[in-house]
Parts: sequence; structure tokens; C-alpha cells
Amino acid sequence: MAAIYIAEVSKIYTGGVEAVKSVSIDIADGEFIVLVGPSGCGKSTLLRMVAGLETISRGTVTIGPRVVNTVDPAERDVAMVFQNYALYPHMTVYENLAYGLRNRKTPKVEIDARVAEAARMLEIEPYLDRKPRALSGGQRQRVAMGRAIVRKPAAFLFDEPLSNLDAKLRVSMRGEIKRLQKRLGTTSLYVTHDQLEAMTLADRLVVLNGGRIEQIGRPLDVYHAPASTFVASFIGSPAMNLVKGTLAGGRLHIGTHAIDLDHSASAEGPVTVGLRAEDLRLASAGEQALLFRVAYVEELGAQRLVHGTVEEQELTIALPPEAPLANELAIAVPIDRLHFFSAENGSRLHRPRGTGVAAGAAPARPQAVNLEPAL
Amino acid sequence: MHRTRIIDHVILLIGAFIMVTPVVVAFMTSTHDAADIHRNGLSLTWGGHFAETYETVLTREGGFTGKVTGFNMMMNSMILGLGFAVGKIVLSMLAAYAIVYFRFPLATFFFWVIFTTLLLPLEVRILPSYEVMNALKLTNTYTGLIVPLLASATGTFYFRQFFKSVPDELLEAARIDGAGPFKFFIDVLVPLSRTMMAAIFIIMFVYGWNQYLWPTLMTTDEGFFTLVRGIKQILLVWVGSNIPDYNEAFALAILAMLPPVMIVVIFQRWFIKGLTESDK
Amino acid sequence: MRGTSGREGQQAPAKRVQFSSPFLPYLFLAPQLAIILVFFYWPSVQAVQSSFYLEDPFGFGSTFVGLTNYTDVLKSTEYLGIARFTAVFTALVTFFALATGLLLAVKADGVIRGNAADKTLLIWVYAIAPPVAGLIGMMFFNQHIGPMVELARWFGWDIKVGLDYSDTAFAMIVVSVWKQIPYNFIFFLSGLQGIPVSVREAATLDCRSELRRFWTVTLPLLAPTAFFLLIINTTYALFDTFGVIDVMVKDKAANNPITLVYKVYMDGFRGSDLGGSSAQSVILMLVVLVLTVFQFRFIERRVHYN
Repeated sequence: MAAIYIAEVSKIYTGGVEAVKSVSIDIADGEFIVLVGPSGCGKSTLLRMVAGLETISRGTVTIGPRVVNTVDPAERDVAMVFQNYALYPHMTVYENLAYGLRNRKTPKVEIDARVAEAARMLEIEPYLDRKPRALSGGQRQRVAMGRAIVRKPAAFLFDEPLSNLDAKLRVSMRGEIKRLQKRLGTTSLYVTHDQLEAMTLADRLVVLNGGRIEQIGRPLDVYHAPASTFVASFIGSPAMNLVKGTLAGGRLHIGTHAIDLDHSASAEGPVTVGLRAEDLRLASAGEQALLFRVAYVEELGAQRLVHGTVEEQELTIALPPEAPLANELAIAVPIDRLHFFSAENGSRLHRPRGTGVAAGAAPARPQAVNLEPAL
Repeated sequence: MHRTRIIDHVILLIGAFIMVTPVVVAFMTSTHDAADIHRNGLSLTWGGHFAETYETVLTREGGFTGKVTGFNMMMNSMILGLGFAVGKIVLSMLAAYAIVYFRFPLATFFFWVIFTTLLLPLEVRILPSYEVMNALKLTNTYTGLIVPLLASATGTFYFRQFFKSVPDELLEAARIDGAGPFKFFIDVLVPLSRTMMAAIFIIMFVYGWNQYLWPTLMTTDEGFFTLVRGIKQILLVWVGSNIPDYNEAFALAILAMLPPVMIVVIFQRWFIKGLTESDK
Repeated sequence: MRGTSGREGQQAPAKRVQFSSPFLPYLFLAPQLAIILVFFYWPSVQAVQSSFYLEDPFGFGSTFVGLTNYTDVLKSTEYLGIARFTAVFTALVTFFALATGLLLAVKADGVIRGNAADKTLLIWVYAIAPPVAGLIGMMFFNQHIGPMVELARWFGWDIKVGLDYSDTAFAMIVVSVWKQIPYNFIFFLSGLQGIPVSVREAATLDCRSELRRFWTVTLPLLAPTAFFLLIINTTYALFDTFGVIDVMVKDKAANNPITLVYKVYMDGFRGSDLGGSSAQSVILMLVVLVLTVFQFRFIERRVHYN
């Protein structure tokens, strides 16, 4: 077990394409870090540089006490779980688990013990003599995990390990990975493009975009105070509404609407306003409100998502299932839950009061799945 | 709908008939004695002389020097077929491994050096090849018979295609598991290639066994004749004899086709897979 | 799916991760390279070189004669006749082998879809060596015992293989086609079975006539296979039929049809005309080169399709 320091790491491919741009992350011993971002954001490349599968163009990666830039993948004391599992198809489950240990000249007794322990932990004992092709997707996933566990490495590296599973299995394996990681206390770096996976698994998550870090933080902090419009629209489902507006004299203008803010805005001029669908509600009489034209409704059972426009700008609201619907709705604006972003570069302008810490007040829906299964 | 099905079957039956009958006739006729064939022509019935004809063909010492037997030639064919197939697999697997799994400065250059050989078949350079073999004193040797046939990239091409289709993650997992170039090759790649190796072995064995032009050029010493190479000799001996030994000619033809046909029939699945999936 | 931007567009290495070692790749390549250098490049260069020289018949060295060997060859009516025959022979063998292979594959596809055992009868001839096929062909066309001769006589045709030029050519073509049918059958069948069922089903809904479906949907989808086979069959007819021809003409090339490869062999090994034979080799090399460049371009294109 070890801490990992990623210091100003860049990846430049021959031809000049910069896939990762000066990324720094300090990962504490035992911490679970999730790298999240869309396709092509450089998250896998970064993970593979930590693994030693890609060369590091600039910067340093430190695992435990040593800088590992030039260290062979096998010598870095890391274990990796691949998206397609990468099980050796011609070896039995036992041999798959044992292969890495054998190559390290681990004594036979020790190998047996470790494989048995991992197999018990993952409940794959009955399959030890089988070949991977005789296993289901979930079982293969467990074997891939087992191969990482038996090594007792300083760090686990996960490269989208759940994306080949069906939705239901993905949820249960997610829980299992979290449970195992807490139990083993092994530092973990986990890559995914699924924000829900990122929110539920991470101690801290790192949002990447175009090879750069957009934000590092605890899931709830990122959720409540996204550092940019990119993070705002990437984390949380449905995505945060982003609406063009103007700040002037303590008032927010959205088209013809003007909303009084309860604090003087630190900025003046055009801004992008972020509104979480779950922070919006129907306005009661006399409240300052936005006129919302309904386009269509998605019924989710526990809530209904109403899609429509305000001043020709698209907006989604999450309403309780019993909320009355009409072609036009008056929407209350939660002035203490507004997010302001620079209209030019999308970065966060200031932190509205009363958010972030007061997480309990916010409808923390995505976190509901975060509970560890009872052991 | 129903009628077309019947026509389909009829066409297939005719096709199968055309493909199979000549060989069946050849085999059946080979069990008759020569005079019988001379009188009655080719035959579709069992002639009862199977054992003696085949024994004669396999063991009688014949040829111009009177020393070579059918069995000798069969062994030579076997040596050529096996040597060629094994040589091809070993050489091309190693070369393809280097090309696919290693990063080195001259990779592209060597790739083209090897794959240019696909451009020119042996047939268009027989004479100079023969001269080279003469210069190296390799005529009438097994080396001379087998090794020059290996100078083509077909096998390398097959294995390169196959290696490229092996998921990248296997190598990555193996590297994290501490496997170096040799360990990965032996522990992972070779076992994974087993089907591919079998398929290529079959194709190459058949190819090697059936070689005709090159053995014709390379071997003048009958001790090195293969069955296929010997075929023309049989025909030449005929010229001038009153009652040609049709039965023996047919028997030799059957022997010459038996091993490759057996292999193709028995390992048909691998054979077809190897042929079609690697695109030559 | 994965964060691998920037990899596309560049010439991608075969694997994302590769070993790097200063000498291992060369070690692995060495055996193959050595054999290729000695047995491919050396003779190829020699062929080109000696095609510009005239070998002294008594072995006293050789003189540079420029393109004389080529002009001699190309002016010779004998050579041009053989070239013409080779072209006709190649075209006929290729056409009939492809057509028969396709016909059988289409029928087999409808009847024995997926059943491997039934295919055996149609493919085993692949394993028979060309000269052995030639030998069996000789027997079938034998004046005394050949059933084909009897069959032809029945139609009033007195076949004299080995004596009559066109009769020999006919027999050679029949045997060469027979030997090549299985190969085409295998590829056409695998091509047909590679057409997704859903595409066939869509075609069934769109078009009633089975024949029309074949021409408008199946055949275009088989085009890559057919093109690949066209090249292979041409190469086969040009080169691999050597064994068939050699057995059938029995060294008596005088009145018999032969192909260009056989002529190279005759001149080089029987006639000891090293320069002329080399010039012919080089001409053949050019023919193959054109064919292969076609093939490579095609393979490249197909890679893009996939």
C-alpha cells in the first residue's frame, strides 16, 4: 500500500497531439480516486501512464517511495483490472490468478493460500478449474478482480472495469468493488466515463476534460460546487441546466426576466447561470418566477422530468410526481442555489452562500446508491 | 420453393459426383491387374489385386538406378511436407512476433523486405534459384529441397494478422503480471495460437507435400525423389512398354494423394478456418 | 470509449504497448531474413542481371547485350503464340473454376448451411497435387482406356490428347479447372455464410424474385471474395498448373500447348538459354507484379471497409 503522486504529468504523442496536459494529483494511501470524463479526455492515458503501459512525456509519477517513470510495469507493484478483463483464455481461473505470482517466484504454498483467499472473498471458489470462456460476464469480472487482489499490490488500477456488464450487474459489482477496496484498504485509481459510477465509488473524484483537470474534490463538493460549466453539465443527472443571463446591480437578467439576488454579485455583465433540475420547483403566488414553456415530460415514477424552455433557452425541471402540469409553468428560482460561471471561459465565478456544506438540505439523489451493502 | 430445393440437390450431387468419381475410379482401377485394365478400361469395381499391387509399388526397387522404392519416395514426401510445415511455422511465428510485438527502428523496413516476397512466386525465378542452389552445393539434399521454399512471407502474413487480432490487453495484463518477451511468447501467445498453428500446419503440409516444380529441379538423385516428383518418372517409363502398368501408376497416384487428402478431410474445420480467415 | 484521443490519424503501431529491446526483434527476424536474402533476393537480382547478358554456350563467360534478350523473346513468333495460349488458358481456367465454384457454393449454402461434414465431398480434391491430377486426367483421356475418349466418341469427337494441339489444351483445361473448384467453393461458401442473416431477410422482404435477389444483393456482397479469388485463380492458372502441363505434355512440347512458365523451364533447363530464359522470367515477374499490386490495393481497401 502506498500513496501515489502524479506531478505535472503530460502525454504528448509523436505527431504533437497532447492527450494529457500537465496533470497533478496527490493520492493518499488507501484513497479511492476516480478519474471521470468523456471519451478522449485522457483519463485512460493517465491511468496507463501510472501503470507503465504508456511512457510519461513530462512530469513524474511516484508510487510509494520511488519515482516510477522508467520502472517496468511489472516492477511498479500495481495491479490492473481491464475493461475486457484480459483473462488468459487458455488458462484456468486458478492459473489466471496464479500467473503473476509465479512470475514473481512466489512459493507454491503462498500462491495457493492467496488464490484460495481471493477466491473465497470473491466467491469464485467453484470455478477455479474452469477456463474463462465457461464463465459468465460477472464471473469473469470477479476473476479479473481476483487477479489484482492476489498480488497484494501497492495500488489497484481500474480501467472502466464495469462497462462490459449489463446495467443490473454493474450496480451490484460497483458495490462489491467499493466493499473490497474498503476492506483491503488498497490505494485505487479508477477510470470511468459514467458519472454515477464516479459519484458512488470515489473518495475523491477527478474530472478531466481535453487532457486537463477541471476539478478535484469529494463527490458532494463537486456536485454542489462544480468548478466549471463542463463539470456542472457532466456531474449529476439530469445535467445541470445552463442558461445565459446578465448580472447587473444585484439583479440577474434572463431575457426579459429580472431576478433580485439576496447578495450583491461579485461580477457584473454576461454570465452563464447554472440551475440544478432538482433545485427548481413550481412557484407559489407572489414569488419571483420564470415563465417555463413545457415541451415534453419524462415520467420516472419517483419524480417527473419536465423539459421545456425559458426565454427560448432549454431547461429541465425535476418535479414531484404529483405536481400539476400545464403548457406553461411558473418556476421559482432558488436564489441561494444558483451557480454562476464566466460567460467567456465557463469557470465558476463565486460560491453562492449556504451550499456545499449544507449538503443535507440538497436533494442528494445520486448518493442514494452509495450505501455499502450490509455485510 | 420445393422444386428449387430438389434442383439444388441435383446440382450438388452432380458436383460431388464430378469431384469424387475420378479419384474413386483411380482407386478401384488400381486394384485390377494391368492386363485386365488394358482389356476392359477403367473400372468402378473392386479388382481384388489391392494387396499385391500396393505392396509392389511400395517395396519394389525401381527407377533408372533400380534402388528407389515407393516407400522411399513416401518418406521423402513426408520429410518435405513436415519439414516445410514446421519450418514455416517456426520462422514465421518468430518473425511475426518481432514485427507485431516489438518497437524497433527498422521495423517498417524489415516488414517490407519480408512482404515483398509475396510479389514473386518461386516459379518466376526457378532458373536463378537453381543456380544459387548449385553454387551452394545444395542440390540433392533435404536442405535444398525444403529451405528455399521457406523464402516467402505467406506464413508470416498469416501470423501477423492473427497476432494483431489478439487483444492488446492480454499483453498489458501479462506485462503487469511480470512476463517478459520470452515468457509472454511461450506462456500466452503460443498457447493462444494453437488453433492457428494447426490450421497453418495443415495448409503448409499439403503445400509442401504437393510441391512438384522445385523438387523436379533440385533432385536428380532418385534417392531424394518424392512421390509427387516421381509421377512423371512413372509416365516416362511407360513409353514403349506394350502393356503399361496402369495399375501401378494409379496406385502411386493414390499413395501420393492419400496423406494430404486424409489431413484435409480429418481436420476440415481447421483447414477451412486457416484458409479463409487468413486470406493467404 | 477510452481516453485515447490523438491515436487515430497517425500510423498506428500494431499494438498499443510493445516490447522494446535492442537486439531481440532482430534475433527473431534473423532466420526468416537470412533465408529470404539467400533464396529470394539473390536469385531475383540474378534473374534481372542475367537477362541482360548472353551466356557463352561453351561456358566461357558472358557478354552484356542490353535488351537484346528481351527483343529476341518478344519478336519470336513461338513465344508470342505461347503467350496467346497462356492468356486464353488462364482466362478459361479462371472463368470456369470460378463459375463452377460459385454455383456449387450457392447451392450448398441453401442446402447444407453450416453443416461441415457434407462439404467434405466437394473440397477434398484441393489436397491433390497438380501433377497427380494431371496423371489421373491422362488416364481418363487415354486412347486405350480413357472413359472421356469414349464419351467424346459418342458425340462424334475423336479426342487425341498428346497428339492434337486443341484436344490436349481441352484436357489440360478440364483437369486444371477440376483441381481448382474446391478452393473457390470454400471461399465462396464462407463468403456467403458471412452475409448476415438480417441482410438476407431484409432482401427477402424487399424483393420477391430469388434470382434478382442474388444479382442485386448477394453478388455485390460477394464482390470482395470474388475479386480476391480472381487474382488467386489467375496466379494458379499461370503458375500452379505447371505440374498438370508437365505431366500431360510429357516433355514433348513440340506440338502441344504450353504456358509461359513452362517455356521458361524448357528454355532454361532443356535449351540452356540462360539469357532468354531470364528475360522471360523478368517478363513474368512484371505480370505477377501487376497482379499483386492489384491484390494489395484491394486488401487495403477491404481493411477500410471492415
